Amino acid sequence: MNFSDYFVLWVGGLLTLMIFSFLYRDNPFYKFAEHLFVGVSAAYWMVVGFWTTFIPNLIGSIYPPSVSWFTANPEEARTVIASLYDQMWYWRYGRIVPLILGCMLLTRLAPKASWMSRWPMAFIIGYAAGTNLTRYLQSDFVAQIKATLVPLIVFNEAGFSLGETISNIVIVFGVLSALVYFFFSKEHKGWFGGTARVGIWVLMVAFGAAFGYTVMARISLLIGRMNFLGSWLGSVF
Amino acid sequence: MTFIEKMQAIDRRIIFLLIALAVIIPMVFKLVIPVRPSPIVQAIFDKIEELPSGSKVLLSFDYGPATVPENQPMADGLARHCMIRGHKLYLMAVWATGEAQGNITIENVIAKEFPDAVYGEDYIQLGYKAGNQGLINAIFTDLKGMYTTDAGGVDINSFPMMKEVNTLPDFDLILCIGSGKPGLKEWVQFAGDRGDIPVSGGVTAVEAPLLYPYYPKQLLGLMGGLQGAAQFEAALVKKYPQYKDVSSGAVILMGPQTVAHLVIIAFVIIGNIGFFVLRRREKRARTE
Repeated sequence: MNFSDYFVLWVGGLLTLMIFSFLYRDNPFYKFAEHLFVGVSAAYWMVVGFWTTFIPNLIGSIYPPSVSWFTANPEEARTVIASLYDQMWYWRYGRIVPLILGCMLLTRLAPKASWMSRWPMAFIIGYAAGTNLTRYLQSDFVAQIKATLVPLIVFNEAGFSLGETISNIVIVFGVLSALVYFFFSKEHKGWFGGTARVGIWVLMVAFGAAFGYTVMARISLLIGRMNFLGSWLGSVF
Repeated sequence: MTFIEKMQAIDRRIIFLLIALAVIIPMVFKLVIPVRPSPIVQAIFDKIEELPSGSKVLLSFDYGPATVPENQPMADGLARHCMIRGHKLYLMAVWATGEAQGNITIENVIAKEFPDAVYGEDYIQLGYKAGNQGLINAIFTDLKGMYTTDAGGVDINSFPMMKEVNTLPDFDLILCIGSGKPGLKEWVQFAGDRGDIPVSGGVTAVEAPLLYPYYPKQLLGLMGGLQGAAQFEAALVKKYPQYKDVSSGAVILMGPQTVAHLVIIAFVIIGNIGFFVLRRREKRARTE
């Protein structure tokens, strides 16, 4: 293990302990580690986005020779530049539009010109709403209804399947009773109230399963950190 | 103060300490719990297994270092299985932190265990692009429009394995390892359902309950948390026992996981008993 590996291991180990110190009580070490994490994360996403999208997809497309500024290998740069020149002109120069919209978004920093940022914002919201609406309708509404329409008595190659039958009955009646619980136009009394009550139980089971999974996730992360601390201490002693 | 009252008012730091011990002690003594693949995990294994050798598999790394204990064994297991079966593996990331995780898989699994695999012919790192689900939407119709180069900046058309790939429907299987949004849910919505492409993968345990409704019609299988990763490793080792030494990262961690769960279950039971006993006492006191 060389010096840089040791350094990274020590920084990681000390920061882990600083974060764990919160379990005892809030303290300046925890705050330092927390702020460092937020800052590094924000910077990391920004730098990666700049080098993987902004440079190759925008600057490189609009002005292909610029690729050589960012590529160490001149041979690789020549190949990429040639392939960029192969793109249709409207595809290359069309990227000026998102560049302008991106610049307009930055006008939020100047109060007098901030109105210009509404245009790209409207474009982003419109695009996101348009694409998400259709996909959510298709995948989370139509496809989920289709997935709930299952036979209540299941026969497979081996004959009657008790397991699948019970599973399908639970799915169908679980969904219907949970939906009844959220139907507030009719008073929850009689058979309707009873079904709504079953719906509450179905929801409780779902919340319990979600909580159980959350506990499992947190313990897994703790195990990961303990593993790391073990390798850190192992390198020290 | 009675014992039950004391237990109800227990300092949370004692609980933290006991959980830490429940994790550390099984790790020190290397406690291993036997793991069996569940049908939902076995379905992923079977799909990779039944695809003809040379099939095109896209593996998206949509997580970061924060969830490595859960996600990395999943990614390593899937990559290992695809390489064993001789599939062409396309690595990409919708998360900025995902590319680095993909490189770890290349370094620890592909380069070490499959030294004959050739970059650009057997596997390729496409890297990260910004855009979240917009990226999935864009590459659905034009992958090379977004990925003009691989992650190393080399022209995408110079790689033999990119010749037959232009859109997402060109892939035989899409795998995503995710820990949030965008992740597996977006791959189902924007790729799987839209193009009728088989989608599968693994997510953190926190996210798993949100994905189960998609199984089995929209999602052909799912690994939920560390347990899902361990089950996939178990399925792989069952079929390919020669990989037992390298494919057991998640299985080993299931020992401390199980002990920690038992401690938490014990606290939940004690807490509930205490709650009901105290409530009963209060009722009695009121009636008297």
